[in-house]
Amino acid sequence: MKKTPINEAELTFLSRSANEGFARTAAACFAAQLDPTLEEVNDIKTAVSEAVTNAIVHAYPDRLGKVLLRLRLYEDQTLEIQVRDWGVGIADVEKARTPLFTTGSEERSGMGFTIMESFMDQVRVRSAPGKGTTVVLRRTLARRTGYRP
Amino acid sequence: MSVTCTGGDRVFTASVSGEVDHHRARRIMEELEQAIDGGAPRQFTLDLSEVTFMDSSGIAVVLRVYRRVRALGGEMIVAHPPAQAAKVLKAAGIDRLIRFLE
Repeated sequence: MKKTPINEAELTFLSRSANEGFARTAAACFAAQLDPTLEEVNDIKTAVSEAVTNAIVHAYPDRLGKVLLRLRLYEDQTLEIQVRDWGVGIADVEKARTPLFTTGSEERSGMGFTIMESFMDQVRVRSAPGKGTTVVLRRTLARRTGYRP
Repeated sequence: MSVTCTGGDRVFTASVSGEVDHHRARRIMEELEQAIDGGAPRQFTLDLSEVTFMDSSGIAVVLRVYRRVRALGGEMIVAHPPAQAAKVLKAAGIDRLIRFLE
């Protein structure tokens, strides 16, 4: 259903919390080629922060593992962001997406998926216990005059 | 230092600056809790005007502060959140629970 992306970038990093800021800034820089509004940039940064934090907190509870951030841009101004890990996986994705549900510690609110859903057009989660999780975020940005892909 | 606290006579303002994400949340929470427990505030204003980014970790920080202040019989105010932080807090309905000063 989806066409070939007109641009693509990938980053792999260790599941260290210091990389949360790195990942959301990288996504914002990639999105900059669409000439987004400040609000659009902030929405993208916020959703990426949630997805990457989930991977860092939950995917590798007792070790460091790899997290992949894949950014794709399509002709229709859709930005697709994939956050993938090869960690423990989620047994019940629907439950994990429920507002206020968390298995994290006290600094987690259980609102990560709720924020992703309110800030993006589409949030998809694929997960298999023991194999890992992929979160796919999509947001179609407003087309602005003068934009050249 | 990500939290600065000013005030006295049980009326305090704590200003949080920089990015409030999972990486920094625990430290910020600990500093805020120290301020609350030390001052037993009647009114505690959490000034977010210097926050440059906030994700759902910020929701946890605000809720924890709220519970702590309430447990000590105080009132909490969230002051001047920038647009991005306000959008995150409002998406969680925090503005319906805690007084917001825009």
